[in-house]
Amino acid sequence: MKQREHKKIQKLISRRTAILGGVKFSLFAALAGRLYFLQIEEAEKYRTLSENNQFNFELLPPIRGRILDRNSIPLATNKDNFRLEIVSEQTKDVAETLRMLQEIIKVSPDSVERILSETKKKRSFVPVLVSENLSREDVAKVAIQTPYLPGIKIDIGQTRHYPFRELAVHLTGYVATISQSEKTGDPVLELPGFKIGKSGIEKSFDSKMRGRAAQRQVEVNALGRIIRKLPGEEIQMGRDVKLTIDIGLQSFSTKRLAQGNSVYIPVDDPRVQRALDEGRNLPLGTDPVNGSVNIDDRGNVLAPESGAAVVMDAFNGDVLALVSTPGFDPNSFSSGLNAADWENLLSNPRSPMTNKAVSGQYSPGSTFKMIVCLAALEAGVAHQETKVQCPGMIEFGDGRFHCWKKDGHGWLNMVDAIEQSCDIYLYELAKRVGIKRIGEMAARFGFGETFNFGLPGESRGLIPTPAWKRKTFGQAWHAGETLITSIGQGFILCTPLQLAVMTCRLVNGGRPLSPKLLQNENAKTLEPKSLQLNPQHLRTVLKGMDKVVNGSRGTARKVVNQNMKFQFGGKSGSVQVKRISLDERESGKLKNKDRPWHERDHAMFVAFAPLKAPRYVASVVVEHGGGGSTMAAPIARDILAETLRLNPSKL
Amino acid sequence: MKIAHSETTKLPLMYKLRRINYSLIILVTACCGIGFAMLYSAAGGNIEPWAQRHLVRYFVGLLVIIILGVINIRFFFKGAYIFYAISIMLLLYVELAGEIGMGAQRWIDLGLIRLQPSELMKISVVIVLARYFHIRSYHEIGNPLHLAIPVFLVLLPVVLVIKQPDLGTAVMIALSGLVIFFIAGVRIWKFLLSFLGGIALVPIIWQFLLEYQKKRILTFLSPETDPLGAGYHLIQSKIALGSGGLYGKGFIQGSQSHLNFLPEIQTDFVFTMLAEEFGLLGGLVVLLLFFLITCYGFILSFFMVNKFARLLTIGLTTTLFLYVFINIGMVMGLLPIVGVPLPFISYGGSALLTSMSAIGLIISCHVHRDVIMGRFSDEET
Repeated sequence: MKQREHKKIQKLISRRTAILGGVKFSLFAALAGRLYFLQIEEAEKYRTLSENNQFNFELLPPIRGRILDRNSIPLATNKDNFRLEIVSEQTKDVAETLRMLQEIIKVSPDSVERILSETKKKRSFVPVLVSENLSREDVAKVAIQTPYLPGIKIDIGQTRHYPFRELAVHLTGYVATISQSEKTGDPVLELPGFKIGKSGIEKSFDSKMRGRAAQRQVEVNALGRIIRKLPGEEIQMGRDVKLTIDIGLQSFSTKRLAQGNSVYIPVDDPRVQRALDEGRNLPLGTDPVNGSVNIDDRGNVLAPESGAAVVMDAFNGDVLALVSTPGFDPNSFSSGLNAADWENLLSNPRSPMTNKAVSGQYSPGSTFKMIVCLAALEAGVAHQETKVQCPGMIEFGDGRFHCWKKDGHGWLNMVDAIEQSCDIYLYELAKRVGIKRIGEMAARFGFGETFNFGLPGESRGLIPTPAWKRKTFGQAWHAGETLITSIGQGFILCTPLQLAVMTCRLVNGGRPLSPKLLQNENAKTLEPKSLQLNPQHLRTVLKGMDKVVNGSRGTARKVVNQNMKFQFGGKSGSVQVKRISLDERESGKLKNKDRPWHERDHAMFVAFAPLKAPRYVASVVVEHGGGGSTMAAPIARDILAETLRLNPSKL
Repeated sequence: MKIAHSETTKLPLMYKLRRINYSLIILVTACCGIGFAMLYSAAGGNIEPWAQRHLVRYFVGLLVIIILGVINIRFFFKGAYIFYAISIMLLLYVELAGEIGMGAQRWIDLGLIRLQPSELMKISVVIVLARYFHIRSYHEIGNPLHLAIPVFLVLLPVVLVIKQPDLGTAVMIALSGLVIFFIAGVRIWKFLLSFLGGIALVPIIWQFLLEYQKKRILTFLSPETDPLGAGYHLIQSKIALGSGGLYGKGFIQGSQSHLNFLPEIQTDFVFTMLAEEFGLLGGLVVLLLFFLITCYGFILSFFMVNKFARLLTIGLTTTLFLYVFINIGMVMGLLPIVGVPLPFISYGGSALLTSMSAIGLIISCHVHRDVIMGRFSDEET
């Protein structure tokens, strides 16, 4: 019985095995048939051509979209790039070909060495770059000689070109060759010389501007000369990106910010020559590209100021200029940057690679006082006429808290306090309103917020809270820290962009607008929402900002001069970078000029114009620039004057 | 009651070594030799970085074949569920390790090779099913209730491997399992029924596939829709094959510019390069070698008395066959590109070890072809 079943099963297995064997046999036959079809039948297609000719598949890189300003002036565009390549399998002797080439155009021994080692490493049919950005003249010379230059190919590519160089570099960003870690498997990224956005708009809108590559068959002869191109797909151009920036204003603001309070003189001025002759090197970051250098009243050549400025339309949030200095020339990345220049960019203490307008984090200093005043007004713990006497110093807890004016301001109301930037008044408000409500008001004005408006690398800043401090340092919040925060010092941090947004929201009637960098047709004007602030309170604060510039005791009253055709308001801030010791306070050795650059105060100014009907807003931060009203205020004034002159928001 | 000539359970080692099927080993060696040559070519005429390691792994694999070949088949029979359980645990381990933050990881680093549990699973699933069906009577197999357990044994690893996500391996495990069901004698109408059920499930499974997996399947159905993305490699592969012609372009000479864009010539697309450099003739030689290996497995199985050995031999032969068919089929555009290597030729330790182990087990089945096992191996029927 068991034996019978065993036999039955054995027979069944054998039968099934035979069936399976048959299936596999036919599948093998299918593979063989397919192989035959591909290698014999389809191969016929390629054999109809002469022996020397063959088809290559060519991947045509797409043309990158441009970056335009609000008036369609290109900030980033493409220009023809003539390149020479060598294909080692098409020449008997690479070194000999290069020697011949050297007789026609300049090829440095360094690049010869690079080319020789690259041709050894790469497969023999892969073209190796010999040189790029050739002049038309050189191209013509090489073209005539091609019969004697086997393996040399002339190729026209596209190079990214930034006509405004470093003036808009922190907006446009730059493109560079893709790094190993950025490869996604998309073959177009592996084309030699293909570049992608590495920072700025180039990075954040890379995929939109990149477009789509096309694949095309080309028939080439044995020398690699293209005989004919077969019709194929068309490349898809990348899309343009149009910004709200006004490049005129942007250029002006960049130059003005870099100039600071120094005199701008041409680079061929005898004074510059003298400085160089005396063996003094130009300071790091000195930029003769604009044809000018900074010089102070004693004739010393100075580095351009390091800082940021943002100009915005307070009605619709358009960012009209966004400046960070010093910058660098993004074209140098397109044409290849040497190691020394790159090292220089990275080691420069004024960090030209960082977009300080969105990434730089600074304490707001006295520019924060409007927020504290509003917090106190809205909480009902103070009103416009609340009077406080400033003796120059108060004791609170176990510490002494100073006003910037050693001898005190006497009796002040709120508008006076803003006008004269009295610290004691703010300490009093801070005691009444508390850190929580100050922080809440700051958040309503955009502190601690990122806007994702199109530029990469936005910093969040910091609104300090007791909970935050406990989490970060494991320590309790001191009441004294509330006082320090109320004058914009201590832990609190913000970006120049956030300062501009704050000022917009102050002057537009308390509407929570966000910065806008992309120009699109269906732009919303004023947001209908509101921060729900009492208009009377906003008026009080704006009155104070008016007085800062136009009042008889305003901290920035000296920036007003007769030539001015407009009026503006604003608020200065000077942020201590280094704690002032008791000794220094006593001896009065506080002059910014006498301190080393990195210990000087940051100078800030936020401003708006026109005074009676505010439309444009500017924030200026000058790193280690000294006093806000002496360094940053004149810059803000000139930028606003230029803004009103250009009036970019007019219809 | 004895139904056939029964060997003693313990065979002398020398006797076993003599019974080893050396022609099968020679076929495998030939394939590995071709692999060495192709990896040498893939590196542009260099034994670094692939060819040398491939050679070392071949010798290790040879040792594995001999050792597995002389191990008593009862050992595999008894250990079937344990091997299966270990494989499942390793699969779960990489699954969890991946989730705990080492990133998507399919392997465990063992130094010379990176062990992929999913590769191990391909063999374990065959062993466990062979054991399961070995002890089922003719009538039990006819009973659908007895099929629930083996179906689960197949589906569990398939689901785990799909989650990795490795569609190619999951399909291979499922198909290997299916073949054992078939050989063991499950009725044809049941396959048809499950096939129809499977079709009905397609839209549901589709939702669980990752975007790139869907894309690959769609690309396979019409490569022209995406000539630059996923379809690009397939088109390039076909051009490389087509331009190879009858005799090919010659060793290392074959690299045309389009090959420049072929990914993974040392693993998944090694056959493309081979057929480009050695033409149709080279491609057919490789196909013939694999055909002979498959035939060998089938023919050997006819001489085996015990059901476990037969099922195991057919199952493992099928696993090897699937590697070959899926790999060559995909580079020629017959199947979607799923990332399955070509056994003995592609670079990769796990796949080589799996293939070598499969050969070792087949040889063990052959060496112990006369061993008779009852339903519980110790019971001499």
